[in-house]
Amino acid sequence: MAEMTNVIELEHLSVTFGKRPILKSLDGALKGRAIGLLGPNGAGKTTLIHTLLGFHPPTSGTARIFGQDIATEAKKVRASIGYMPERDAFIAKMSCVNFVRLMAELSGIPARHALERAHEALFYVGLGEARYRPVDSYSLGMKQLAKLAQAIVHGPKLIILDEPTNGLDPPTRSRMISLIRQIRDGGRARILLSSHLLRDVEECCDEILVLKDGYIAANCNLEEERKANRKFIELETRGGDRKAFAESIGALGCDYALSGERRLKVIMQETVEIKDLYRLAFEHEVQIRRLNFKRDSLEEIFLKAMENENPANGENISVGNGNGRADNGGL
Amino acid sequence: MAVYEHLYSAFEGEKHSAWSRFLVIPRYALREVFKSKLLVTMFILCFIYPLVAAILVYLHHNANALSMLQLNVRELLPIDASFFRTFLEIQGAFSFILTVLIAPPLISRDLSNNALPLYLCRPLSRTEYVLGKMAVIVFLLSVVTWVPGLLIFFFQASQGGFDWLWANLWMIWAIFFGFTVWIILLSLLSLAVSAFVKWRVVASGALLGLFFIPSAFAQIVNGLFITHAGNLMSMWASMNSIWRGLFGLFDRQAATVRARGANRQMIELVMMEPPLWASWLVIALVCAVCVWLLTRKVRAYEVIG
Repeated sequence: MAEMTNVIELEHLSVTFGKRPILKSLDGALKGRAIGLLGPNGAGKTTLIHTLLGFHPPTSGTARIFGQDIATEAKKVRASIGYMPERDAFIAKMSCVNFVRLMAELSGIPARHALERAHEALFYVGLGEARYRPVDSYSLGMKQLAKLAQAIVHGPKLIILDEPTNGLDPPTRSRMISLIRQIRDGGRARILLSSHLLRDVEECCDEILVLKDGYIAANCNLEEERKANRKFIELETRGGDRKAFAESIGALGCDYALSGERRLKVIMQETVEIKDLYRLAFEHEVQIRRLNFKRDSLEEIFLKAMENENPANGENISVGNGNGRADNGGL
Repeated sequence: MAVYEHLYSAFEGEKHSAWSRFLVIPRYALREVFKSKLLVTMFILCFIYPLVAAILVYLHHNANALSMLQLNVRELLPIDASFFRTFLEIQGAFSFILTVLIAPPLISRDLSNNALPLYLCRPLSRTEYVLGKMAVIVFLLSVVTWVPGLLIFFFQASQGGFDWLWANLWMIWAIFFGFTVWIILLSLLSLAVSAFVKWRVVASGALLGLFFIPSAFAQIVNGLFITHAGNLMSMWASMNSIWRGLFGLFDRQAATVRARGANRQMIELVMMEPPLWASWLVIALVCAVCVWLLTRKVRAYEVIG
């Protein structure tokens, strides 16, 4: 799967319930391996997911998943998607393996392969030993894993996960996150992860879409952002000739700024490495007590997006626009 | 995604055709149905009358057996349109009880466990989902209604000879179509109830109520106003009229009653059944309302505008 393929394209996508607009002319293209969908309650995250799945018809505009229109090619779109809903969802009085097998068959997998895939999916998510128990008897964490198994059993190209770590205890959460990362790194499926937990998104996603009041408040590539942040370094120094040390760093071609008595901020060049800084510090008898990469955390990005009072006025925030992905303006 | 490898992989094989995908639903549902001893017992009971009917047909054509049993079944029960209409009525009643046991959890269980998004996020439309659920009822009811009905018809034809078959060929249509209308009505009605009531017992009660309360009310109206127009309120009465119509036994002049007129003289009133088209209209309207209710209720998520 080519890395730069558009996973989801939004084209003036609007959804209205009754007279209440929920999604307001969304535009943009999402390309990440794992896309985080963030936003406060009522921002339209779940509605966007449901619209992509064809549960709600768009009022105007459209969206495409892997180039297929969600309105005109709904079945093809859904065939390439695996969906893990937020709420408890299962088929009662059915063993987990039969439940996952049924879901595989409904996705088009022939009966003879569906059972095999169901077993594999359940072992993959860690429910192998409990697969013959009815899903009703599962704990919350196990039900979440069963939902993940049914979402991946048919090997979809896009897996939509709606709050996958909701209500999970720390070990189960960490297992869920590790599974998501494993799928992401495998490269055979893209992931759209909707979560309230910024930490989950930060751990799993390389691109985020922040929604606010039905608008796109931010769309940023976390991977690019992380790369960009690696250039900004803050040093805390003691002793020696701090000024000479700073000038020698400047001589390497890096911009620098002295702040306070001990702080030194440096913008690194591609050719300069951290060990060069240590070498210069040694030469100028300066002790480097602390070295911090400036990190524009997801929380900061999210808060910036939330501060933007009215993203509808074309003030759409786009952070870390490393691969020209600030193209959802015009909102 | 092999078990030992624990790796995620896409399915590379050939998928089965999209049109037949909804048939997966009844396959799994039937497996669940036959796990219940009560349902299996009821299902077996549904074959008692067809067996009795088959024995009657056999006796009808077997003089030796008749003489041994010292019976004159030929005079008591002729194998004609009335025989098969009675078959429809009795099997219709059995199939109704079977529906009350099978249908209520079909959609309600999915609704109460939020399973609808799991079905509908796959390449399966809402119509296909309902058709899949309907297929469970249609299959089971077919097995106890028109299938044994036609088997008995052909058994009778084999015994009665070509002349009987030729003269009664139209009954094949009447048996099949009469039961089909009944099955469609039962399946749509029970699925609509199942989509609205989340609890199985309540759904079963509601289904019984929908048949018996209007029927009782129809009897009250008929008694009070000395009419048969009240029958239009009863789905069972309307279906009976349709079946009689299909077997050429429908007579609008249902009965005559004696009543005291305005000048205190006894007069004879002719009780008229509602016209046949009105019964068809009632059944069609009930089906249309059920389809509308299913359209409203069978959704992945309910939207409050």
